[in-house]
Amino acid sequence: MARLARIALSPEELDRYAQQLAAVLEHAAQVAAAPTAGVPPTAHPFALVNVLRDDEPRPSLDPAVVLAEAPAAEDGRFKVPPILGEAP
Amino acid sequence: MSLAPTASAIAAAVRSGEVRASEVLEGCLEAIDQVEGQLGCFVTLTPELARAQAEAVDAQVAAGAPLGPLAGVPVAVKDNLCTAGVPTTCSSRILASWRPPYDATAVARLVAAGAVVVGKTNLDEFAMGSSTETSAFGPTRNPYDPSRVPGGSSGGSAAVVAAGAVPLALGTDTGGSIRQPAALCGVVGLKPTYGAVSRYGLIAFASSLDQVGPLAQTVEDAAALLDAIAGHDPMDSTSLPEGVLPCHRALDRGVAGLRIGLVRELVEAEGIEPGVRRRVEDAAEALAAAGATVEPVSVPELALGLPAYYLIAPAEASSNLARYDGVRYGLRVDGADVEEMQARTRAAGFGPEVKRRILLGTYALSAGYYDAYYAQAQRVRTLIVRAFERAYEQADLLLGATTPTTAFPLGAKVEDPLAMYLSDVFTIPTNLAGHPALSVPFGTDDAGLPVGVQLLAPALAEPSLVAAGAVLERSAPALPPPPVAASWRLGVPR
Repeated sequence: MARLARIALSPEELDRYAQQLAAVLEHAAQVAAAPTAGVPPTAHPFALVNVLRDDEPRPSLDPAVVLAEAPAAEDGRFKVPPILGEAP
Repeated sequence: MSLAPTASAIAAAVRSGEVRASEVLEGCLEAIDQVEGQLGCFVTLTPELARAQAEAVDAQVAAGAPLGPLAGVPVAVKDNLCTAGVPTTCSSRILASWRPPYDATAVARLVAAGAVVVGKTNLDEFAMGSSTETSAFGPTRNPYDPSRVPGGSSGGSAAVVAAGAVPLALGTDTGGSIRQPAALCGVVGLKPTYGAVSRYGLIAFASSLDQVGPLAQTVEDAAALLDAIAGHDPMDSTSLPEGVLPCHRALDRGVAGLRIGLVRELVEAEGIEPGVRRRVEDAAEALAAAGATVEPVSVPELALGLPAYYLIAPAEASSNLARYDGVRYGLRVDGADVEEMQARTRAAGFGPEVKRRILLGTYALSAGYYDAYYAQAQRVRTLIVRAFERAYEQADLLLGATTPTTAFPLGAKVEDPLAMYLSDVFTIPTNLAGHPALSVPFGTDDAGLPVGVQLLAPALAEPSLVAAGAVLERSAPALPPPPVAASWRLGVPR
């Protein structure tokens, strides 16, 4: 899970969280016993509808302002370390 | 009863010219200074920005220009709401130095209403917690007993209002994060209907549950703040088009003829302290004496709220927090490749509670477990929505405790996540249903710690909550001032 979530954890952290999360999961597993046959899931409090706005150009954030908050930027773009497996 | 001048008193005095907004602000900043060292309510104070906003209000007064309803009222803002150019940290190392390029809609509306933003308040990291102890910048303490927690996650907002240093504050409520700290600190906290207040610029924790709302010394002030920030916002696709009705005018409506259900599961639950239970029963009597029909009701499905929430909210959080990847903003810890950079950044940037919730959410959403955990929790969410629908056929409002216990000592639950989560057992069902709810202080327990009682209502029934909340406030036993309290009065008359 830690690898999927992209969080580097120490063996001690893994042990501690596994123990703590086991207790939480045991509690959460109560949902399994609830009488939900034929009950649809609710993902959101109210029915979501597609919201459209008029297709008109509007000002947006200045790229320089946005990039000023980036850990690394170059030539008007975000800069990242090499991505493994990328074609040369 | 209130310690510091109320927002309504300040707005009236500024409007009449009795005091200048700038004088009010200086009094407020001094009041903050008196208590901040003992309580740690703020991550960032913004005196310069506040002075400019107060001067703008004073210029409007001098010019005879129309004033907003909160003209000159100092307000504290929870640090998960974006403030343009002002650090917005979510009390996390991963955003410690981030300055947003825009204001959250709730903040922009406050300023447009004439409010003066004095600073950003401490919270549990990314609003994940019930004690404000998971903040990367240290805990906030309860003004009624600094060895105890203020609740959370809006603990800084609740504590600063309770200490009488700032009359109003913005909080956010995903599973009780406005109401629970309001109850533990002896202030009023209102969680609005989902979609009533824009989430634009609120840093997302669990998007289907998060809602922005007020913490205040009085129900009247909470209503005024909600009225100022509510309303449709095209920048939030989940913002309700119809919006919530103005609450301020419901203040004196009373409860005569209202049917109020005293919810057995929110009064008799296992783990509820006798002192809390007694106060809820007193509150029920007070509402009946004021003309409401109070009947016991049972909503057994509410017990399923906590387990469902601890699958749904972490699942949404694990997705929302994927954006903190060291690429576009916030912390970066270098690595040999992108994946290593991201894993190291997130390991260094997130604290233990955030890591736990991301892991839990990732698990609940993973192939093989999705249906048993996440999808099943969503079906249980439907059961809870239906249970509320049935309860609201018999009652206009529901009544119960806000929290099972009063404020607990710092460190008591921080290594036992499940015990901490149980602190929100009475507030969570409301969030799952998207409904509004209000916590009003109602006396203390035997140890002198504040008790909050909770009123729950169907979607968009905020005016009824405010009407009943005002009745409770008038009939509540007097709350003594906390040992850690600021002393300030409206500025010196000109």
